[in-house]
Amino acid sequence: MLEIRQQYSFYGVLLYIAATIFVLYMALESPESNVWNGLFWVIQLFISINAVAKSFLQESRGRMLYFYSIAGPRDFVLAKLLFNSLLMLLMSLLSLALFSLFLGNPGVKAAAFVGLVLLGGWSLSLVFTFLAAIAAKAQQNAAIMAILGFPIIIPQLLLLMRLSNAAFTENANIPIATVLLLVALDAMVILLAVILFPFLWKD
Amino acid sequence: MEGLKCEPLKVNSYVLLHTSYILLRIYPFPLFLLHFFKMIAGLSLVSNGCAQKCMHKSWWKILCVVLLFYTFIAGFLMDVPRLPALSETIRNLYFHVCMWFCMMILFTASVVYAIRYLRTNKLVDDIYSRQFAAVGIVFGVLGYATGAIWMSYTWADPNNSSFQSFSAVAREPKLIGAAIALLIYFAYMVLRDSISDIDKRARITAVYNIFAYALLFPTIWIIPRILPSLHPGGQNGNPALDFKDIDNRMRMVFYPAVIAWTLLGVWITSLKIRLSLLKEKRLLQ
Repeated sequence: MLEIRQQYSFYGVLLYIAATIFVLYMALESPESNVWNGLFWVIQLFISINAVAKSFLQESRGRMLYFYSIAGPRDFVLAKLLFNSLLMLLMSLLSLALFSLFLGNPGVKAAAFVGLVLLGGWSLSLVFTFLAAIAAKAQQNAAIMAILGFPIIIPQLLLLMRLSNAAFTENANIPIATVLLLVALDAMVILLAVILFPFLWKD
Repeated sequence: MEGLKCEPLKVNSYVLLHTSYILLRIYPFPLFLLHFFKMIAGLSLVSNGCAQKCMHKSWWKILCVVLLFYTFIAGFLMDVPRLPALSETIRNLYFHVCMWFCMMILFTASVVYAIRYLRTNKLVDDIYSRQFAAVGIVFGVLGYATGAIWMSYTWADPNNSSFQSFSAVAREPKLIGAAIALLIYFAYMVLRDSISDIDKRARITAVYNIFAYALLFPTIWIIPRILPSLHPGGQNGNPALDFKDIDNRMRMVFYPAVIAWTLLGVWITSLKIRLSLLKEKRLLQ
């Protein structure tokens, strides 16, 4: 797909992650666990916008026409969702590694937190993939995607931050119901994307 | 003789008055219900013409005005239970909660018309959808305003001004949910304005409307029940909707108030819809 054809955009996102985290490293010495947590998810949000937005916004018109002729809308959007999920999972792991390297790792339950990071990255990538499709049809830049996406993603980020706070404290259990709720929301996003994308597709 | 002559007339007019009074008291209720359900059916997907027919009928506008008068008079004058920390401010229930009800109903109507647009591709449905969302935003802002007044008497730190205690209060999950709802529909308006092609605008914004609504409503119903909150209607169930919890005297005003404000919202929307239908007449034909 796009990232293999235009490798500079992939390396661009990698550099973006490294640079942002390095700036944070300069700004803060050793942040408290809740500051760490807040910063981490905000950075995840911006990484996701940068990484996922490209998937639709940088496709040229001719190439979209080509995709239109070889694939149905459902297959196309599912392929995009899958690819962006994988991309975002990779980016999440990378940013988690860099965060732990530069800013220290306050996590107590490391395995649970890695799981949460993957889940969060997946949620972010799904929502922003669909919004990128909308923004691309509106022929707008990434700014409109942020406007459209932030209110929708806030509830999920809220739940994720709460869950990761639980992962940071010694005695608190991670509520399974909340994790299931997040998974259910992700499933709903996929379902909606499959139902609604055909309407965006025909032009 | 004079008296005897007058007597039957008096009785007659009395009987007439009395029966008409009884008729007025009893008959309109089933009729109102019938018409109300007709209107709801008209708003939903059942038939295309019914909504437009209902829009021009006057009975529900009269009902709306009567119920609003009732809300204001009974809401301010009738006795209410005195609860600690709430006392007289509990009367705000008739206004604050109704605003949010009205907002949610209007947003739901907006989504229904967005779905209809995607099925039929008629621009009229797009106009309906947009206007319902716009009036829903107005009611959401009013809900915030009434909530802020209520908050400043009940939650705010008495040692600080209510402006200063806002940052502590605004963390309430219910407030976050409401803010998200408003932000989503503001974004919807921005998205509408950013696309110039009419058909494309209608299609894309309908898709965004459905997507946002489907993600918004589960979260504003579920998240306040997970997070701890001062706001009623969180973890401990909703006191205004729970049949066992709300006082009988308040229920007498609260339910008519919900209907009254919702009808007012629909009325305002129908006026706005008629205005924009006139404006777009050239385009629609």
